[in-house]
Amino acid sequence: MIPAAFDYAKPSTVDEAVRALAEGGEDAKVLAGGQSLIPVLRLRLAAPTVLVDVGGVGELRGVRDDGDALVIGATTRHADLLRDPLVARHAPLLAQAAAQVGDRQVRHLGTLGGSLSHADPAGDLPGAAVALDASFEIAGPGGRRTVSAADFFVDFLTTALAPDEILVSVRVPKRPGWTTHYEKFNRVAQAWAIVGVAAAVRRENGSIAEARVALTNMGSTPLRAGAVEQSLAGSAATVDAVASAAGHAAEGADPPSDAFASADYRRHLATVLTRRAVLAAGGIA
Amino acid sequence: MTRISITVDGVRYDDDVQPRTLLVHHLRERLGKVGTVVGCDTSNCGSCTVLMGGESVKSCTVLAVQADGLEITTVEGLAGSDGELHPVQQAFHDRHALQCGFCTPGMIMSAVDLLAENPDPTDAEIREGLEGNLCRCTGYQNIVRAVRDAAATMRAGASEPAPAAPEEAPAPAPAPVEVGS
Amino acid sequence: MTVVDERPAAEVGAPRKRKEDARLITGRTMWTDNLTLPGMLHLAILRSPMAHARITRIDTAPALAAPGVVAAFSGRDVAETQGSLPCAWVVTDDMVHPDHPPLAVDEVRHVGEPVAVVVARDAASAVDALGAIDVEYEPLPVVLEMDEALGEGAALVHSDKGTNKSYTWIYDSAEAGHGQAYDAATAEAEVVLRKRYVQQRLIPAFMEPRSVVVDPTADQVTIWSSTQIPHVLRVLIALVTGLPEHKIRVIAPDVGGGFGGKLQMTAEELITMMAARRVGKPAKYTETRSESLLAAHHGRDMYQDVELAARRDGTLLGLRVRLTANMGAYLALLTPSVPLLGRYMYNGIYKLPAYRFECTGVFTNTTPTDAYRGAGRPEATYAIERAMDDLAAELGMDPIELRRRNWIGHGEFPFHTVAGLTYDSGDYEAATDKAMSLFGYDELRREQAARRESRDPVQLGIGVSTYTEMCGLAPSRWLGSLGYAAGGWESASVRMLPTGKVEVLTGTSPHGQGHETAWSQIAADQLGVAFEDVEVLHGDTRTAHKGLDTYGSRSLAVGGFALVNACQKVVDKAKPIAAHLLECDVADVEFSAGRFRVRGAPADAEGKTMADCALAVFAAHDMPGGAEPTLDAEAVYDPTDFSFPHGTHLCATEVDTETGRVTVRSYVAVDDVGKVVNPLIVEGQVHGGVAQGIAQALFEEAVYDADGNLLTGTFVDYTPPSSADLPDIVSDRTETPAPDHPLGIKGVGEAGTIASTPAVVNAIVDALRPYGVDDIRMPCTPERVWRAVQGGDRS
Repeated sequence: MIPAAFDYAKPSTVDEAVRALAEGGEDAKVLAGGQSLIPVLRLRLAAPTVLVDVGGVGELRGVRDDGDALVIGATTRHADLLRDPLVARHAPLLAQAAAQVGDRQVRHLGTLGGSLSHADPAGDLPGAAVALDASFEIAGPGGRRTVSAADFFVDFLTTALAPDEILVSVRVPKRPGWTTHYEKFNRVAQAWAIVGVAAAVRRENGSIAEARVALTNMGSTPLRAGAVEQSLAGSAATVDAVASAAGHAAEGADPPSDAFASADYRRHLATVLTRRAVLAAGGIA
Repeated sequence: MTRISITVDGVRYDDDVQPRTLLVHHLRERLGKVGTVVGCDTSNCGSCTVLMGGESVKSCTVLAVQADGLEITTVEGLAGSDGELHPVQQAFHDRHALQCGFCTPGMIMSAVDLLAENPDPTDAEIREGLEGNLCRCTGYQNIVRAVRDAAATMRAGASEPAPAAPEEAPAPAPAPVEVGS
Repeated sequence: MTVVDERPAAEVGAPRKRKEDARLITGRTMWTDNLTLPGMLHLAILRSPMAHARITRIDTAPALAAPGVVAAFSGRDVAETQGSLPCAWVVTDDMVHPDHPPLAVDEVRHVGEPVAVVVARDAASAVDALGAIDVEYEPLPVVLEMDEALGEGAALVHSDKGTNKSYTWIYDSAEAGHGQAYDAATAEAEVVLRKRYVQQRLIPAFMEPRSVVVDPTADQVTIWSSTQIPHVLRVLIALVTGLPEHKIRVIAPDVGGGFGGKLQMTAEELITMMAARRVGKPAKYTETRSESLLAAHHGRDMYQDVELAARRDGTLLGLRVRLTANMGAYLALLTPSVPLLGRYMYNGIYKLPAYRFECTGVFTNTTPTDAYRGAGRPEATYAIERAMDDLAAELGMDPIELRRRNWIGHGEFPFHTVAGLTYDSGDYEAATDKAMSLFGYDELRREQAARRESRDPVQLGIGVSTYTEMCGLAPSRWLGSLGYAAGGWESASVRMLPTGKVEVLTGTSPHGQGHETAWSQIAADQLGVAFEDVEVLHGDTRTAHKGLDTYGSRSLAVGGFALVNACQKVVDKAKPIAAHLLECDVADVEFSAGRFRVRGAPADAEGKTMADCALAVFAAHDMPGGAEPTLDAEAVYDPTDFSFPHGTHLCATEVDTETGRVTVRSYVAVDDVGKVVNPLIVEGQVHGGVAQGIAQALFEEAVYDADGNLLTGTFVDYTPPSSADLPDIVSDRTETPAPDHPLGIKGVGEAGTIASTPAVVNAIVDALRPYGVDDIRMPCTPERVWRAVQGGDRS
């Protein structure tokens, strides 16, 4: 189908983009790669009055080393994350999750910032961002601010971004000594996650010193599996210990029931996938 | 209306378009490039796949304005100027990798993109690499065979001495021609 | 498989690369939506958002005011003239057959039913203006589930009919004289398997969305449509619209798949015709994928209550099938007949003393169902092959052994079945032995045992499917006896051109099957001309004027027969010409390997070719006495019976009992489709068919919510598998020629789909039998499989 008509702005700086959004009012929308937005427009599930295309804003693209963290521009594409040596070295979980997004074509246009701002609870990158304790730099008419991953995802398709704000970059702390894994479960290869688990583990002397586990599609936002993390912290790095900890994965979760899976099944999957993700992340066999 | 300039299969086109115009509709309806087709409205089927700036994209999920200033290659621009088929096209023919042929333009363009990144894929990598393209006729079996064959042909071609172009170089395209429309 | 570049000794049987490919791989294809005509207008269709409602008010005038809009109208505006979409198969005398207006007039009965149309200068303006149409609906009660629809006090889809039942159709082998009565034959049964298998609703999901262009400006109204049935469509348009048939030209250009889904006369075709004729300009309608999934006909959707009676030694005693088939809201072209085509196949390849079949067609507030690849036969094969595996489990017998004890031996053909058909030929033993060897059956059984022993969380299952199917629809007399309005013949014509080139006209209408290649191979052999010198013309009622099109694996079995006959007529006509050129008696002319020679002449004698004769006839300067100066010929073939391909498919699945994920680990298909014209094409048909069958088993289902909204209305939710979701398929053949076909061929279009679905589900159930699982509803999603493992809800 054909989208409803809209106006189009193509700013070349963050300030221009913010101004264009403000001028566009409530019904203005940011266009990054468009891989989530354009299908929605085509089905006429949304009809923004103006699209602000941030594809031409240089500041928003690219990965840079900022000491103890990587700073990744919001319009850095999934395909870029897969190839970037800094990401491979310091945040391989992001690349692994990005590799699970859509398909090659989608990854050639879809952006990190677009996925995070779209905040689909079934998306792969929000969970990874939460597991990595990323923080989000946001620009608006009043200047810039930083929001933690925990505060960024507010609800289903809803983030801390105000209508006149844009996501500038994502800051991902380097985690020397940590290893990670993203485990995704879906119906067909190109589908959204039924459930996904992003796990990061730091091993020390044969046991698990610390772990961070985030769940995809187990609620209206990506969720930290706090009970699993607590149970893993200081536990033995064994299959049994991990399985026991993973049994807590669905605690506190309120997963959806939909055409693909019931809430009960998702709760069960969360435990199995958490076990597998943590074992893979920790290299435990 | 927004003014855009895109180069499609070596020919430059300058046009005023509505911002809502999808790239695939621009290609088909304004430029007459009907070799690229539309198979769905949710970016799943991949029938509309073209190369944009050298990488595969689903042209039904790109606004024409987003393609401004970029080079597009469609299935119509893949064969040599003498009509010699691209190795992927030839392999699809040799391996009976198409039946109704509707998915074929997108499938071929995806395979071209995959082989540009991975010149020697395993069957599993081919299957993964084409996950964004749906075919209802072939069960993909012969498509996988064709892509494997094309990869071998292209590797052999790339390792030959001159006159083959170096692997990195883009395929020679005709000089851009101004076309107003 | 080796493909042929060199000229083979015989074209038939050679793996010729396809002629069609040249345009398809270079983007020079002629899809209907590619067509642009001067002054052409574009349609957008407003569809019902309600599953059942009265239209209390509808006003298209506001849409007329929108930019670019040329016309807008609703069902009320054309109520007297639009006619009713036809159902061509009246299966019982008392079949309830409601009117089916292309544009709903007073009432809508399924979501997606067209209610109004906008005609505009461009597609975007047409879509934009849809929102301006003012419609008010008064909701009516919705009925979606078949048992509920048949129950007392159910809401009625067609209130004026007083029932949701369209028909009940019964076959009884005793009454028909083809076997015993079920009750008597099974009185001594030691085991009776009673199961309800569910055929979920599927969507054909051909890749090319439907598209239609109508040009009313010439003397003939021309309709381009993405259809499987241009010839049938022309007749139907004449009958429905009253437009004289000779004023109608239908063209099916390149068509991007059908699978039965384009075996239809559609509301959209008639609406586009109405729009074009109202405004007097060419008009185009191309559906979106969402519209296609919502409104193009669906398939399957049946409950199969099966009773299979046997002795403990495995001897089958009788089969009873009670089928409940969802018609949807209306009867489309062949809707009521689809489940009945299955009735001939529930007995499968087995010798059964007694068989009783009852089918009830039911209306619900859903999209109409109709043919989808196999049409009735995959459903039948699924039921009997699932039942055979279930019975084998019940008897503690290997499922292949149970089959061996009951199938028709290769020395028993022709075999009169309990369903009243005569199977022409087959060798089930050979196909099964070959499949087992390719599959490594015994080795996989050993691995299965080891995994069971070790309680491996990933269990292995082996599924068997030994199928047959009826190809070559269909003898006209048979169709007539069952209430079908048309025949089952097919036509072919051969035109010899003056320079020795050949045009073949076929009444079949390919949409991916490769007829241009296969027909060229046949004509080349028959006429002794080069493969490249044959052009196959089809899909335009002006050129290939006569035909009944492509469905039901009929094209080669019936149309190929007609082509052989037409070629034979050409040879017969050329003989006197050749005799004249060779200055001998006609009786002394022999035709072989493309040359006419005088009997007894040496094999390397030059003789005369078909091209020599064609040129002589073109000049016509010196025709033998009384001969008409033409070699052209037409033949129409009406089959005397069906052909019966068969095969054995074996599937191994790995089932992750922790998540319910099913992975097809290996798949072997050994098919016997008789002689083969082009093995490359045959293998491709098997691959694609197997993939669609696996898709039914694992991935696809059309799901409605309680209000009748289609939840699987895009490819995000209706999930056809990609390459990454499907296994490698090993395919091979055995070859038992069709005794009644001049080329020995049987047909292959549907075989893979028919065979594969039960093979996959049998494998999943087999993996989980130690968990007490004896059925899983399709598609076997991870959640359903997991629940079955838990011993919970199996639905």
